[in-house]
Amino acid sequence: MKHIISVLVENEAGVLSRVAGLFSARGFNIESLTVAPVGDGDTSRITLVTTGDNNIIEQINKQLNKLIPVIRVLDLTDGPHVERELMLIKVAAQGDKRAEVLRIADIFRSRVVDATPNAFTIEVTGDSGKLDACLALLEPLGITESVRTGKVAISRGSKGIRKEPKG
Amino acid sequence: MVKLTGAEIVVQTLLELGARTIFGYPGGAVLNIYDEIYKSKELKHILTRHEQGALHAADGYSRVTGEVGVALVTSGPGATNAVTGLATAHMDSIPMVCISGQVPSALIGNDAFQEADTVGITRSCTKHNFLVKDVNDLARTLREAFFIARTGRPGPVLVDIPKDVTINTAEYSNNGGQVDIRSYRPTNKGHSRQIRRVMDEILAAKRPLVYTGGGVILADAAEDLTTLIRTTGMPVTNTLMGLGAYPASDKQFVGMLGMHGTYEANMAVHNCDLLLAIGARFDDRVTGKIAEFAPEATIVHLDVDPTSISKNVVVDVPVVGDVKSVLEALNVMIKESDFKEKQPDLSDWWQEIDVWRKRECLRYPAKEDVVMPQMVVETLFKVTEGDAIVVTDVGQHQMWAAQYYGFDRPRRWLTSGGLGTMGYGLPAALGAKAAKSDQPVVLITGEGSLQMNIQEFATLAQERLAVKVVILNNNFLGMVRQWQEFFYDNRYSEVDMTVTPDFLKLADAYGATGLRATRPEEVEKVLRQAMETEGTVIVDIHTDREANVYPMVPAGAALNEMILL
Ligand SMILES: Cc1cc2nc3c(=O)[nH]c(=O)nc-3n(C[C@H](O)[C@H](O)[C@H](O)COP(=O)(O)OP(=O)(O)OC[C@H]3O[C@@H](n4cnc5c(N)ncnc54)[C@H](O)[C@@H]3O)c2cc1C
Ligand SMILES: Cc1ncc(C[n+]2csc(CCOP(=O)(O)OP(=O)(O)O)c2C)c(N)n1
Repeated sequence: MKHIISVLVENEAGVLSRVAGLFSARGFNIESLTVAPVGDGDTSRITLVTTGDNNIIEQINKQLNKLIPVIRVLDLTDGPHVERELMLIKVAAQGDKRAEVLRIADIFRSRVVDATPNAFTIEVTGDSGKLDACLALLEPLGITESVRTGKVAISRGSKGIRKEPKG
Repeated sequence: MVKLTGAEIVVQTLLELGARTIFGYPGGAVLNIYDEIYKSKELKHILTRHEQGALHAADGYSRVTGEVGVALVTSGPGATNAVTGLATAHMDSIPMVCISGQVPSALIGNDAFQEADTVGITRSCTKHNFLVKDVNDLARTLREAFFIARTGRPGPVLVDIPKDVTINTAEYSNNGGQVDIRSYRPTNKGHSRQIRRVMDEILAAKRPLVYTGGGVILADAAEDLTTLIRTTGMPVTNTLMGLGAYPASDKQFVGMLGMHGTYEANMAVHNCDLLLAIGARFDDRVTGKIAEFAPEATIVHLDVDPTSISKNVVVDVPVVGDVKSVLEALNVMIKESDFKEKQPDLSDWWQEIDVWRKRECLRYPAKEDVVMPQMVVETLFKVTEGDAIVVTDVGQHQMWAAQYYGFDRPRRWLTSGGLGTMGYGLPAALGAKAAKSDQPVVLITGEGSLQMNIQEFATLAQERLAVKVVILNNNFLGMVRQWQEFFYDNRYSEVDMTVTPDFLKLADAYGATGLRATRPEEVEKVLRQAMETEGTVIVDIHTDREANVYPMVPAGAALNEMILL
């Protein structure tokens, strides 16, 4: 099963390679990984999407916790959460196709962030399904390139990820 | 506050943290640190002949003392030579700190002379590592390194220090090694509800078995374990790493378990209804075929590292915590309850075990003209009255040492279990002797392994450290040969070691004493002579070339499918 795991880490050099190295050394899957500093900048939040049976997910959680600069590990899949992904798509569109591209963009509530006489760049956010659907519709119109961020996610409700020391 | 250079801070902080003897090898990037070592009267440095030797020596030092072992190496090749030593300590959870020099900060990433990405290279073979970019962080980083190395599940930590950081100055004051790492708080105390469940499981068990590992040694909890075993009357088995945690001479000890474990230990695992694992990690050399491991047992696992629990074998009752504190609590709980009245009678279980014992799985044929390696270890036990610090290399001799030298006390058995590093023995023995100069240190090795770090005889000579080296010389890479005999139809591919140095001349060359035995009746005499002779002695014992280690559970087989002699 797919799991979205949030990892709060010290914002220091080499943390990302420790996390990535853990996954490669132990043969765990990473489907996507995003990272950026959060709060006052002394911590970073990593969101990673991984798959595995319960035992593997349990090991992933424990192994992440074992890394020294990791402050908290939260498996968001355990509870209600919101997940989002951002995608930029460049479509080579000329003539009548231009209107079609704009219509599709509109359906997905996406924005045109760059336009030239023969291309549009569109920004879409949403869950992965929405992004996939948007891609599928634009595909026949001629996608030049596309880029996705990978998921970020946060739990629903009022509680935030704890920052207190582990243990 | 006083301002010190980075190099001074290194020496001062090491002293602050209790280090008195360190092992290392100098080079350009660490010249400033070596200059401070030269000036220091309190910090003793032992110059090994290879950085791998320095790391294993620090490891050996740690295993016999329980303290953090310290090694110091230069950048580039110094650091890459340290890797095997770090990986060895990492696999066996040995607390160590390795300080490596690095090229000056401004040159990092430029392929500078003797540059290696040490932090990158050692990331997966250390518990943690650091690159110190600012001299103001140096003392704190070293304190954190020691703290991380010795707490929780211990392990090696590397601190990489660029040369300019050793020159720059910062304020330093001794703070007694205090640290505060918000992202690192290992669990020590076990959950009392879980501990009660452990007691309840013991009370429910008719065929319990206690399986203990290196964690009991690392936690210095041998006494607490002994109390638990004696009060509950349960049988106990140790892993290779756990030997000495419970007296081998006691009748409740059923021997080592696993691939080369005793018949009675492995049969007990296979038939027990409760397996109480304490500070052991269900290694594949122990479990054999996972699906058939302890098929009838409720499994209780006590370990300080949550990742050890349910990693290989699904555990029914997990207890996360330090072995010592949990066993103390458990022993109190047992003492203060009506445990004795409630506990089932274990005599049927013991009768079963005694039947397995009667197989005498460690019996071996004596030969008239050929020295049996097992006999050498038994004789060594006799000659040393079972009370030497015994170090091994890796191979058949290592297994025979484990099987035939019964350890009654912890921290007297040093072996590379997890990584299985040939070449570990001689430098580890050196480190052990440096720590315990008043106690006999014996290395049991093979002619193959010994040649992997043979240069350390020079260090022993320079430091006047006496190690008794017993070579079980079969002129084969014996353990590999055994596998080729059993599983590759006797195709002995590249395992012939008939060409070795003449060990008597080698002893002479290094200022040691050389002795040799080629016949059974000579063995006791040379071993006695070795123990009585001052200084390092190399005893070259020519043993049965094709003796095998029995029992053996073939890789991937279940524990009850042992090959017996
Ligand atoms: C040639 C060869 C053959 C071998 N054959 C065998 C064999 O037949 N039988 C055998 O047993 N081994 C054998 N080994 C060794 C094997 O590879 C493993 O090294 C060994 O089994 C691991 O021992 P362990 O489970 O005690 O774990 P260790 O590696 O000693 O790990 C210690 C465990 O204790 C935990 N721990 C540490 N400190 C604490 C604390 N304070 N509190 C609580 N928990 C703590 C750790 O988290 C870890 O889980 C062999 C090795 C070689 C090289
Ligand atoms: C560095 C290293 N290389 C290779 C091996 C694989 N290996 C395991 S045991 C062994 C043979 C050891 O021979 P020797 O030291 O003579 O001991 P014996 O088995 O004959 O007692 C080898 C090659 C190893 N464990 N370590």
